Amino acid sequence: MTALQIGALIVVGAGAPLVVLVRDPVRQAFCVGVFGTALALLFFIFQAPDVALSQIVVSTVALPLMILLALAKIREHEEEEEERE
Amino acid sequence: MTVFPFLVAIWILCWGLYGIVSSRNLVHLVICLGVTQAATYVLLLGVGYRNGGAAPIYADIAESTMVVDPVVQALALVDVVVEATVSALLLAVAVQTHKRFGTIDPDELHSLRG
Amino acid sequence: MNRRLRIGLFLGGAALLAGMLVAAVGDLPGFGHYPGPYGILIEETGVAGTSATDLVTAVNFDYRAFDTMGEEFILFAAVLGVAIVLRRRRGERAEDERGDDHHFPGSSSALGALGLALVGPVFVLGAYVVTHGQITPGGGFQGGVVLAAAALIAFLAGEYVAFKVIAPHAMVEAGEAAGAAGFALVGLGGLIFAGTFFANFIALGTPGSFLSSGTIPISNLAVGIEVAGAFLLLWTEFSDQALVVRSK
Repeated sequence: MTALQIGALIVVGAGAPLVVLVRDPVRQAFCVGVFGTALALLFFIFQAPDVALSQIVVSTVALPLMILLALAKIREHEEEEEERE
Repeated sequence: MTVFPFLVAIWILCWGLYGIVSSRNLVHLVICLGVTQAATYVLLLGVGYRNGGAAPIYADIAESTMVVDPVVQALALVDVVVEATVSALLLAVAVQTHKRFGTIDPDELHSLRG
Repeated sequence: MNRRLRIGLFLGGAALLAGMLVAAVGDLPGFGHYPGPYGILIEETGVAGTSATDLVTAVNFDYRAFDTMGEEFILFAAVLGVAIVLRRRRGERAEDERGDDHHFPGSSSALGALGLALVGPVFVLGAYVVTHGQITPGGGFQGGVVLAAAALIAFLAGEYVAFKVIAPHAMVEAGEAAGAAGFALVGLGGLIFAGTFFANFIALGTPGSFLSSGTIPISNLAVGIEVAGAFLLLWTEFSDQALVVRSK
């Protein structure tokens, strides 16, 4: 096991509690993007370029966008309900 | 040291499960589910790695070079994309739950009826 | 069951689970000492058997094509589920889409122009990744998301109307269904022409050339179109909910 692999594993292992313990979903969307990039780096170091390509493209583009759009809808719905009252 | 990647996978799995159980927000819960899925990718790729192996692409290396296992990479690759769409389905359910019940706190949801 | 009790119960269960997993992991062959026969078999016969230099794509679309079809249908069903869950209900209406008013705070015309200018190059990049899946890292799944991102750039640059023009709803739905059906038809072609479901029935070319590997480029194209359609459909549904749909 090279030092690079151990380092990448430690970074990913430290990133997981970071994503979980951030309670605000808006901040968590960015954290999950960073966590996904760290995971992609780990996949490169494990000699898996296909999986890394997949992980980069999904966790930096697709997933944070859907999270933020869902949160936007929820907040907009809350404001609508408050306007009614 | 030869079990270190598997221990990291177990560590990530336990943190993801803790996030799901203790979550106060359905969107936060979906993201913690994604963290749990990351543990399976680390485990899969850790199983297939071979010391001194190259990436399983023979486009520019000699045909006799040792490569790491391509089967687990194929599994992980498709998994990453498909789990993103399943997370999207869960987010859609969270949005509709908020419309219907006015809250996305799992602790309050089971006490609201009708 | 209150929250503290639930978390305490979870911590006990998780300790037990972690203990059992650590004991199980100790019996695995160590990291780096992969013993299994399948990977070594594919490493030795993969390039000769499928003429694909990217063994991961060869495994996905030739050796294990039936599994990939199952995963693709999971993707299709999940997107179908999102379209059903987020459908317009009786108490909701769509706001009239006011042309240029859908500009997000902070966007400018320079940003919009840059976004629209990038749509073409990113589309070419996505097409490259999809069609070269059997030679270099890439393939239908990764390239499909890049293709969907090409249309998304218009949305992110603030040009919501342009996004709807680049990826109209009917075309996205038709593309997604065509991709899913296309992949199954490739399998049926194998059944009809070569006697086995998903058998590679087109002549394999030379490894490393663009049109090699028989049915793999066709499967890549079908999956690429389906994944691009799936993600565009997801983003359109969510952005419609956030920007257009309002309750009466």
